[in-house]
Amino acid sequence: MMKKILLSLFVGLLPMMALSAGGEDLFLDHIKTDVTNKPSLQRGAQLYMNYCMGCHSLEHARYNRMATDLDIPEDILMENLVFTDASFGSLMENSMSEDDGKAWFGSAPPDLTLVARVRGPDWLYTYLRGFYKDESRPMGVNNVRFNNVGMPHVLMELQGLCAEAPHPVSDKRFDPLTGQTITEGGCEHYEVEGSMNQSEYDEAVYDLVNFLEYTGEPFKKDRERIGWMVFAFLAVFLVIAQLLYRELWKDIH
Amino acid sequence: MTQDGVNQGRRRFLYIAAGAMGAAGAVGVATPFVKSWYPSEKAKAVGAPVSVDIGTLEAGEIRTVEWRGKPIFVVRRTETMIENLQQDAFMSRLSDPQSEVASQQPEYAQNILRSLSDDLLVLEGVCTHLGCSPQFRPEVEPQPFDENWMGGFFCPCHGSRFDLAGRVFRGVPAPTNLVVPPHRIDGTVLTVGEEAA
Amino acid sequence: MSTSKPAVMQWIDRRLPVTSAYEKHMSKYYAPKNLNWWYVFGLLAMLMLVNQILTGIWLTMIYVPSTAEAFHAVEAGMRDLAGGSGWIIRYMHSTGASFFFIVVYLHMFRGIMYGSYQKPRELIWVFGMFVYLAMMAEGFMGYVLPWGQMSYWGAQVIISLFGAIPVIGDGLTEWIRGDFLISGITLNRFFALHVIAVPLVLVLLVVLHVLALHEVGSNNPDGIDIKKHMDDKGRPLDGIPFHPYFTIGKLPMIIIFLFVFCGVLFFFPEGGGYFLEHANFEAANPLKTPEHIAPTWYYGAFYSILRAVPDKLLGVVAMGAAIALLFILPWLDRSPVRSWRYKGWYSKIAVILFALSFIALSALGGMEADVKNTWLARFFAVIYFAFFLLMPFYTRWESTKPVPERVPE
Repeated sequence: MMKKILLSLFVGLLPMMALSAGGEDLFLDHIKTDVTNKPSLQRGAQLYMNYCMGCHSLEHARYNRMATDLDIPEDILMENLVFTDASFGSLMENSMSEDDGKAWFGSAPPDLTLVARVRGPDWLYTYLRGFYKDESRPMGVNNVRFNNVGMPHVLMELQGLCAEAPHPVSDKRFDPLTGQTITEGGCEHYEVEGSMNQSEYDEAVYDLVNFLEYTGEPFKKDRERIGWMVFAFLAVFLVIAQLLYRELWKDIH
Repeated sequence: MTQDGVNQGRRRFLYIAAGAMGAAGAVGVATPFVKSWYPSEKAKAVGAPVSVDIGTLEAGEIRTVEWRGKPIFVVRRTETMIENLQQDAFMSRLSDPQSEVASQQPEYAQNILRSLSDDLLVLEGVCTHLGCSPQFRPEVEPQPFDENWMGGFFCPCHGSRFDLAGRVFRGVPAPTNLVVPPHRIDGTVLTVGEEAA
Repeated sequence: MSTSKPAVMQWIDRRLPVTSAYEKHMSKYYAPKNLNWWYVFGLLAMLMLVNQILTGIWLTMIYVPSTAEAFHAVEAGMRDLAGGSGWIIRYMHSTGASFFFIVVYLHMFRGIMYGSYQKPRELIWVFGMFVYLAMMAEGFMGYVLPWGQMSYWGAQVIISLFGAIPVIGDGLTEWIRGDFLISGITLNRFFALHVIAVPLVLVLLVVLHVLALHEVGSNNPDGIDIKKHMDDKGRPLDGIPFHPYFTIGKLPMIIIFLFVFCGVLFFFPEGGGYFLEHANFEAANPLKTPEHIAPTWYYGAFYSILRAVPDKLLGVVAMGAAIALLFILPWLDRSPVRSWRYKGWYSKIAVILFALSFIALSALGGMEADVKNTWLARFFAVIYFAFFLLMPFYTRWESTKPVPERVPE
């Protein structure tokens, strides 16, 4: 009986442990990343190499690994996606020095190999869609998710620039009487028009975040695949071990 | 506690089955530990093929290139050198004049001059005896170690001698010819570490 | 019997006591037959120790103890090693660290429930506590090595604790760091201590722990002394050989544990941010403190007690006392019986409240110290200390049930 009391108390305390993890991140748009979606990862890689890589290296990862995992042929990768004199097997570094970065942006642009493991995909997705016009800032932009951000809106030619702080999509509100949508979420007035409409841009950012999720842990697919094999092995072993245990303990009872 | 009436056959079978699973599990756990000792992606990247422009390499000259931490000798042989290498009297002093030991060179260098083109010799500068790096001695003149020296490589560690095709002489400690690494020539660009087509 | 031994074995036995050691500790070590599943955690702790040592040795092969390279060495090593072995070994080690603590906490709790620390097992308990102390030092220094943000700032906070000691505090912190801030010098010495010094001590203490155990024999859930009733050959009537009944016999439990362990390793290696903290995927930056610093979950309880006291020195003293009290547990318990099965209601309630307060304090240690959480931590800290400080009284005053002579069927 004591065991049961104890167990129920243990279980009762678990939600308390879970609560301590989250907390502040209430205004985030949620996405479900999928690192098996190779077309998405390829588009994400293309966006990253064109818009991000100049400032943000991926210095813990290698080009050849990415090419293999994302099914990008070596010649296409080297011609279209590598803008430094790096070789196929080298780390994905860029040519910006830390001192230059500090001088230009106040603090050196961080390496982003593991950013998805630090911030989580939802944060990145909300952040990259959250830039808006703010003349008081040195770069002329601010961000709903990262107040007083030091980074310019590098994807402006795609998204355009929102005139005021965009609402998170999770903030979508309905009129309680008519059921009609009051705000869609996202940006309502653009200061500068971009080449994509809102849903195209959301998809592009999804691809980019998906790619960052991949670079954070490129072996995630292998990890889970091996995990299932280990489980299968342990299941068989458990049956045999249990039979042996019962056989041995016949001596005692 | 008693073992009366125990089905010993069943018990033995279960012991063996559990033992086999345990052994399989141990192999499974050991696998990543063993695999982790093979060259990593980093080592492979450092050991990637190396390209050099050899357009300026004059006849009779040597250039040393580093590939995978090893000196690679690139020698442009003169007409005289090429002729000397093919004389029967000279070849009788060699241990493996026809390069029959297949492990010492790629197939495309398995010829008398041990090269893709007659003049250009590419060799790993690592003595096949104990791994010292031989010296380049191109001059045809009597040497303390060989009165009829026709030019070649001399290993200062234990006195092994090789000719200008990297072929080992008889009666020296080194057992085989110097290794010809995989390489490719595109115009004046030599790439070491990639096979010729 | 000895005549049937192979000649090789006889030759060795005359020179090295292999067979007699095997008999003393395995085939003729008699353990009570009523040991339940709580008794698997000692074995599992041993398994985790072996796991940590093996994977640790392999991790030193990719690690570079330098502030410029440590973070990259770990992260790139996880990707670059042949055959995907890098991440497996790294996750085995990081998951193993947390699971080592989980099984040791359960192992200790079992000892508290069944009174395994009582006479004549005081030394076993004390050696075990030293093992736990060594594990805390080992875990702390190991967490610094990957040189992420939490590594750096965690080390900053923990080393600052020593600064609370009057007079010598400031000098002591400088001596520990070997510098005026946490630097490559600190990292280098932590590396040396983590990979060789502390593990050696840990293994030695585990050997002493087991030797002391095998001298007096295992306790059991009923707290019965099985050596009171022996058969004509001097074997305890209620004892059965440790091997094979508790070695191979425990295999199913070990495999169930491995299911949980591998479940985390292969599917949730970050353990929800508790086993590998999110902020630690960012390289250490001495100029930028992460928004929320918390120690690894296994120090949470003691960290909560530290924060609950509004004075730096007294906080450190309270934290030290919370650990020190565990050491003297064998002398606080005045009950005539061992197991809580035969103790009175006071003891039963006290043990449950103690367990709850420990879990609550651990959870609070990972949360932000706002007003509500600070008061909660104070509340649970009082229960934690009351469990120990009142023990000499409630264990003596309560009425206990008679302990049976023999293990009940």
